[in-house]
Amino acid sequence: MSTQPIRTDVTIVGAGPCGLFAVFELGLLDLKCHLVDILDRPGGQCAELYPEKPIYDIPAISVCTGQELTDKLMAQITPFEPTFHLNQMAESLEKTADGWWRLTTDIGTVLESKVLVIAAGGGSFVPKKPPIKGIEDFEGRSVFYAVRKMDQFRGKHLVIAGGGDSALDWALNLQPLAASVTLVHRRDEFRAAPDSVNKMRALVAEGQMRLEIAQIASLEGADGQLSGVVLKDKERGEWPLACDTLLAFYGLTMKLGPVAEFGLNLHENLIPVDTEKFQSSTEGIFAIGDINWYPGKLKLILSGFHEAALMAQAAVRVAYPERKIRFQYTTSSTDLQQKLGVA
Amino acid sequence: MKIHVTDREGGEHEVEATNGWRVMEIIRDAGLPITAECGGACACATCHVYVDPAWVAKLEERGEEENDMLDLAFEVQENSRLSCQIMFDPSLDGLKVTLAPE
Ligand SMILES: Cc1cc2nc3c(=O)[nH]c(=O)nc-3n(C[C@H](O)[C@H](O)[C@H](O)COP(=O)(O)OP(=O)(O)OC[C@H]3O[C@@H](n4cnc5c(N)ncnc54)[C@H](O)[C@@H]3O)c2cc1C
Ligand code: FES
Repeated sequence: MSTQPIRTDVTIVGAGPCGLFAVFELGLLDLKCHLVDILDRPGGQCAELYPEKPIYDIPAISVCTGQELTDKLMAQITPFEPTFHLNQMAESLEKTADGWWRLTTDIGTVLESKVLVIAAGGGSFVPKKPPIKGIEDFEGRSVFYAVRKMDQFRGKHLVIAGGGDSALDWALNLQPLAASVTLVHRRDEFRAAPDSVNKMRALVAEGQMRLEIAQIASLEGADGQLSGVVLKDKERGEWPLACDTLLAFYGLTMKLGPVAEFGLNLHENLIPVDTEKFQSSTEGIFAIGDINWYPGKLKLILSGFHEAALMAQAAVRVAYPERKIRFQYTTSSTDLQQKLGVA
Repeated sequence: MKIHVTDREGGEHEVEATNGWRVMEIIRDAGLPITAECGGACACATCHVYVDPAWVAKLEERGEEENDMLDLAFEVQENSRLSCQIMFDPSLDGLKVTLAPE
């Protein structure tokens, strides 16, 4: 169900801090960007793993949180009007007959560009899967790590595992549709928003939802269809709980994912680049931020910013070989200031 | 100073420990398979270990943040710890831990 291809100057895989700052450096050189990220918002690790924790080594900013850094970067790149394709996995890459990179996402967005920038960081964020024996056999049929369509769970006997916002939100949202909902969590304390926890406790008190303080020991069922889970805790040992669907929410982890299939040379799941252009083994494909590797590489945001600036100089020569590029400062160039909307 | 680490296959490793390092860093520096995705910020739970029962009481108790983050780990037990939250000092010479499944 691919849609009409969108043609642009640069496609960026990954909207973490380095992908975001690349929009700025490329924008100063008049290159338009489209970004793809599997997360539902920009910011990469900063937004997903440590939105509220402080960062102290961004030059000239003594301290800011992961979310504040993301917000500041988003504000800084606003003049360049980047287009975000969120909640989408950049899945496959090919070259068109006329020499453009065609990137297709898992929901069928097609982006064509002369330059591809991989700013995929530690990889795409994907759900953590519990190490329960045989769980793979049920995945996609009766075990899920995300909800794409709520209606899929109508009339089901659900077990929802986890104690954070995802687990609580889905328990509350699916409760009216499902035949039954049992929330399974390892302790009687929840990290989720207090309001959701209160709502959940009220439903449990009314007998509309069950709460089990336990962990999942094993799964029962056949041919991909669950018939129940076995719960365990230290005092009570193990006991069965009948259900037909398990939704597990244990947070996200980073996996290199489809980028490994893009035909690039890899070095221990990283993309080796040169330190002049930050180009991969393939012309027109650049890699910046945590995903790249070169001698002396440090996985720091400030390194990724530097890489973005040098990459942009090389990228514009790939996209528009005929253009003459001059070096300018934002302080003194009215041309750059016009692009930034300040002159 | 040393710590003893049992890996997920049951292999035992005696590892050189450095005063002031996080136990996660000691394990990672020895090249053992610990993901430690967030680099020790108590933000990922991929540095989960089981502490030998004889050592549990010698450690400072879990903090609230660590306890919260353990919600994202699997097979959590009473002796579960996030190894990035254990600071090594000479009193922990000989500490025994086992890497948790992932
Ligand atoms: C807890 C913690 C504290 C840190 N503290 C600091 C610090 O103080 N100072 C510092 O400099 N650094 C710090 N870092 C490291 C810093 O966050 C990283 O260096 C930085 O996030 C790397 O940015 P990036 O843009 O390269 O990648 P990331 O932030 O990893 O973003 C990559 C994005 O690409 C997406 N992606 C990947 N593949 C795909 C695909 N195929 N399709 C769709 N989307 C995809 C991912 O979902 C992700 O959103 C810290 C990291 C952590 C975890
Ligand atoms: S390394 Fe992430 S919580 Fe310990």
